[in-house]
Amino acid sequence: MTALWLALGFWLAAWALNVWLAGSRLSQTGPGRALVPLIFGATVLVLWEGLVRGLGVAPVILPAPSVIAAKIAVELPVLWQDFTQTILKGAIPGFLMGAGAAFLTAIAIDRSPFLQRGLLPVGNFVAALPIVGLAPILVMWFGFDWQSKAAVVVVMVFFPMLVNIVAGLQASERMQRDLMATWGASYWQALWKLRLPAAMPFIFNGLKIASTLALIGAIVAEFFGSPIYGMGFRISTEVGRLGLDMVWATIAVAALAGSVFYGLITLIERWVTFWHPSQRH
Amino acid sequence: MSRALPVLTVLAGIVVLWYAAAVLMNATWVHDQAERAGTTVTWAEVIPQTMTQDRPLLPPPHQVGAELWQGLFGQAVTSKRSLVYHAYVTFKGTMMGFGLGIVAGVLLAMAIVRFRVMDMSVMPWAIISQTVPIVALAPMILTLSSQLGLEGRDLPKAIIAAYLSFFPVLVSMVKGLRSPDQMQLDLLKTYGAGETATFLKLRLPASMPYFFASLKVAVAASLVGTIVGELPTGAIEGLGARMLIGSQFGEPLIMWAALFAAAILAGLLILVVGFVERAARKRMGVPL
Repeated sequence: MTALWLALGFWLAAWALNVWLAGSRLSQTGPGRALVPLIFGATVLVLWEGLVRGLGVAPVILPAPSVIAAKIAVELPVLWQDFTQTILKGAIPGFLMGAGAAFLTAIAIDRSPFLQRGLLPVGNFVAALPIVGLAPILVMWFGFDWQSKAAVVVVMVFFPMLVNIVAGLQASERMQRDLMATWGASYWQALWKLRLPAAMPFIFNGLKIASTLALIGAIVAEFFGSPIYGMGFRISTEVGRLGLDMVWATIAVAALAGSVFYGLITLIERWVTFWHPSQRH
Repeated sequence: MSRALPVLTVLAGIVVLWYAAAVLMNATWVHDQAERAGTTVTWAEVIPQTMTQDRPLLPPPHQVGAELWQGLFGQAVTSKRSLVYHAYVTFKGTMMGFGLGIVAGVLLAMAIVRFRVMDMSVMPWAIISQTVPIVALAPMILTLSSQLGLEGRDLPKAIIAAYLSFFPVLVSMVKGLRSPDQMQLDLLKTYGAGETATFLKLRLPASMPYFFASLKVAVAASLVGTIVGELPTGAIEGLGARMLIGSQFGEPLIMWAALFAAAILAGLLILVVGFVERAARKRMGVPL
């Protein structure tokens, strides 16, 4: 019981600290902004640990964070193997191929307003569909290894990317395009120097959405058949044997991978679209 | 409708491509059969045979259409083979998750707009929560709820759906509740309006267009969440379970029919939400 009370006490103290921090001058500065969510995250972990220990929750229902951390430390080689299989071989190649294919398609239909008007509503609709359902079909076509996972990711990423790129290519203003024309710029020059840079905020928006979808696709595809490693495989088998500490360890890796992936895209976005109002500080 | 013609052209193009792909992919099987029988086949003989296989690699559109029609209208709607029945199960999960997601998103947004400390501590984690692949959590949520003695799969499915659908609502509501400008807030202050009155009379109405705009995204996300919740854990009801069954028994037609039923359901949901949005906007006098 003491663990529970300690955790509750920690929670109240941390919350009071956060309230004070948010109201203080420190919250206007960079470190202050980072500190508040970090304290909040730590509080959740401590509270979780305290609840599990204080109430004696069975490990098959919810393992404590310390148990999960210990599991991660012990099973690091297995987790790394799963990570390579699912993220490095499945999600990232699929993400690059899907985004690349969407980009080429968008450029290909760029000169035909007719096709654009047809493809945009269709693409928008398909982007809202539960495309994960294609996973079993693609696993049937491409086999159990990473090729089928990459294929699922390609299909999931393609339509959101296409819609965003086509919308982005229309984002430059009439005046700007006219200016390019008065300079005698060719189609490709105008595309390269004006319309692509103007499309970048849209493209990065699409990439961010696609990064989450890529991980979902790669993991779901493994539920339908995989070699004996991979994050989706690990989760579904460990759930079956009630090894919940391993499940949580894999989830932690997935969460970390997802956040790093998203963070990387945000960093590149900041570097590429430094001119955009949302990036100016 | 200036958009109808281009859309129809694109759709027709997709169907043509689909038929071509079906012929190419299913031809292998026909050739194998012919080789085993010791005969050779010409393309003129191959093509009809690729259209009518029982377990084609890629079923051509008319086979999927027939299976879909059979599943939707060929059975009593209470039958386990009826896609209407499975679609209803999925629809129920979607709506529960959608409702839960809306409530969670709106409440969190209210707290975030009201308390600066909530904004600073919760908002970054809400963003991070969406980078966590929810499917990783799905099997665990299902076992967890059965460990806790919860009957049925409705609640865990709804939780997964809500996890995906709360985020668009949250982001839009935060934006919407903050959309009144300083002049309007000052005006309410001169009226002597308190915190509650400002919220009810200014912030909430101002946020409504943002709210409805987010619903379309949220309902699609909720459907994806429900199907993902049905996929991995041997569920027996719902469109996701239908896909799983098709996959396990090697019946591609069942898979494709379930996939298209899910697409139709998604289309209907988005249509209905769009209709509600338009009605609400008209009622509030917001220009479309």
